[in-house]
Amino acid sequence: MKPYLRDHAPTSFDEIPDSTSYEAGYLVTKNAGWRSVRPVIDPDKCVGCLNCYLYCPDGVIFRQGDKVSVDYDFCKGCGICQKICRLGAITMEEEK
Amino acid sequence: MAKEFLSGDEAFAYGVRLARPQVVSAYPITPQTIVVEKLSEFVEDGSLKSEFIHVESEHSALSCAMGASSVGARAFTATSSQGLLYMAECLPYAAGGRFPIVMMNANRSTALPWNIYGDQRDSLSQLDSGWIQAYAQTAQEALDLALMSFYIAEDKDVSTPFMANLDGFVLTHTYEVVDVPTAEQADAFLPKFETENKMSLDKPKNLAFSAGPDTNTFFKFKEHCGILNAKEVIPKAEKRFSEIFGRKYTGLTESYKTDEADYIIITLGSIAGLVREVVDKLRDRGEKVGLLRIRYMRPFPNEEISATVKKAKAAAVLEKDISFGNEGAVYTNVNSALKKADLTLPTSNYIAGLGGRNISAEEIEGIFAELKEGKTTVKFIGIGGEQSGDQR
Amino acid sequence: MAISAKTINETEFFYGHKACAGCGGSLAVKIALKVLGEKSIAVVPAGCMSAVGFNYPQLCFGCNAIISTFAGTASMLTGVEAGLRAQGITDFHAVGFAGDGGTADIGIQALSGAIDRNDDILYICYDNEAYMNTGIQKSSLTPFGAKTTTTPAGKNIRGNIRPKKNMFEIVAAHGISYAATASVGYLPDFMKKVEKAKNIRGTKYIHILAPCPTGWGAAANETVELAKEVVDCGLWYLSEYENGEFTINNRPKEFTSVEHYLKRQSRFKHLTDEDIEIITNARDKKWEYIDKHFAK
Repeated sequence: MKPYLRDHAPTSFDEIPDSTSYEAGYLVTKNAGWRSVRPVIDPDKCVGCLNCYLYCPDGVIFRQGDKVSVDYDFCKGCGICQKICRLGAITMEEEK
Repeated sequence: MAKEFLSGDEAFAYGVRLARPQVVSAYPITPQTIVVEKLSEFVEDGSLKSEFIHVESEHSALSCAMGASSVGARAFTATSSQGLLYMAECLPYAAGGRFPIVMMNANRSTALPWNIYGDQRDSLSQLDSGWIQAYAQTAQEALDLALMSFYIAEDKDVSTPFMANLDGFVLTHTYEVVDVPTAEQADAFLPKFETENKMSLDKPKNLAFSAGPDTNTFFKFKEHCGILNAKEVIPKAEKRFSEIFGRKYTGLTESYKTDEADYIIITLGSIAGLVREVVDKLRDRGEKVGLLRIRYMRPFPNEEISATVKKAKAAAVLEKDISFGNEGAVYTNVNSALKKADLTLPTSNYIAGLGGRNISAEEIEGIFAELKEGKTTVKFIGIGGEQSGDQR
Repeated sequence: MAISAKTINETEFFYGHKACAGCGGSLAVKIALKVLGEKSIAVVPAGCMSAVGFNYPQLCFGCNAIISTFAGTASMLTGVEAGLRAQGITDFHAVGFAGDGGTADIGIQALSGAIDRNDDILYICYDNEAYMNTGIQKSSLTPFGAKTTTTPAGKNIRGNIRPKKNMFEIVAAHGISYAATASVGYLPDFMKKVEKAKNIRGTKYIHILAPCPTGWGAAANETVELAKEVVDCGLWYLSEYENGEFTINNRPKEFTSVEHYLKRQSRFKHLTDEDIEIITNARDKKWEYIDKHFAK
């Protein structure tokens, strides 16, 4: 199962588990705020080689149809995808 | 039920076999070795269906047991002395993770100087690690404790690891006739281990995580409540045990002739047997003396101790331990119990049996004699000569 | 069908973690879990991956996962594997992810024990060549010359004076069922190796070089390039050990420049020409050995 964002952080005394054991893949915060630049994919240049999907350390590039898309909630803007793309289909754009 | 002539170690191993742990991981150390040797034999002869893991250290022994417990398997390990200290990192880890592992510890002196004989500095140095700590007096009690320990540790409200302590050599290697229950009886007593605190393939979990300053206290408080809940579960386990096996135990402490006693020795482990003999002898002479044996150091029997000694004129704590720079750890704990109950009787601390030094009946009589003098002391027994061993 | 970007499990099992941008270690974990799938049980010792992935209530493993003690990755894996097997459960993959310090220093004893017992576990060492979680201190896998916070490069000593411990061959010397080296610069090779390990019973060990841009002094987007270049210049190699034999998976016809690889990282900025010569000579000697003893 892919970890996903929940709408509630169980941190009160009554909500925390009795032991250090909790549902796997429970996310309560995003990583978007880390980013100063964001990868933007040019669908016309992308051929769906999936190298960016494979090499993204955060796993935020996912397959969509025969191309790829980015989960900007969790992308940290490291730029590995832009470097790995041999076709220049990814550009890093400043976050505003 | 069959009668067998068993040492304390062997009796404990027989008890563990009856509890059917699914994983046994252990590393040899004197005087614990007989336990793991016996369990290996049981695995070899097919009488124990268990994964026996030959780990390469005590740290790995407990780490492996935690891994097994983290997927819901019943796990057992055993150690002693240096081994207990070597695995020390894993002790609070197992307790904080609420893994109800059972471990037998053969109480032995800790280096330096090197010494393989029995004292209780090893386990008492780990009082704060979050484990239930029990101290057996006889091989029979050791066997029964082995079986009960899983019941207590695995209780949902407790979910805390259990350290069963046997005095090195004087208990681990001393033979007595022991009633060995049948597997059917044991199965009737001990339910299967079931827990939600585990990784399972149909319900994935993330375990043993970090908890920051905002939630850390919550987790620690729950851990504290878990071990305190053992105070309720221990009598429950003993009642069930006596119904099935006919042997009765008395909870966190055991009193002997303490009613109307003016002078009481509080102690733990196998030495209680000798104190009992001395009490009988002095009682025959008309002296009002008694014995209070602490069976569990954690959870600590505050109420039981204060209730037992409240009418006494003085009490002594006899222990095979010294918390260097202060006094015996048991003494500190006992005094705290008395203070909380507003009891002001004089108490003394006798440090004895270090590195396996023999404690004589005369020395125990001497403790009672000194109690009558009404002075309080922290004293190493048997220093002799010009050094009285008296610290103050 | 061989495993590839097109065929690999699309589910992400390590997600939302707080690793530094461009973290090589998290890339290794991500890929390995995609190959092993949802029946993975990950054991991760105290270190970067546990620090960034397990902060209650932010729990970043989509499969079963547990933090072990620093020294206890392999022994906890052993317990997990034995505990499940004892309950009759066998369709799972017990996998450990420990860093270089957790593997080659504090965890080597437990790892050696597990290999000796041939426990059915996969141990993956993500090697970023120093104790990164605590702030870039030297480990026994820190290479010669590297500046760390405990091997500063000054007037008297120019960084780490000892070569990198040969963990791969130490593991192989146990006669392990399967061992391999890999690099996050060559993920298809790594995926193939994890896939192979997945289907082998007994102890498996994969040592994957995983650059840490923070600790190595490089830009976040250089991680994969660095991990390729270290292989291309011959300072790291892709190989396997099975059935008592070593195999080299890549034999560059010509090595790229060692100096170029080193000088793009601030941890090697201080190295002199002589230092680089020492490193280059050591590389040549190593390849002489590989060419002689490893099958192609």
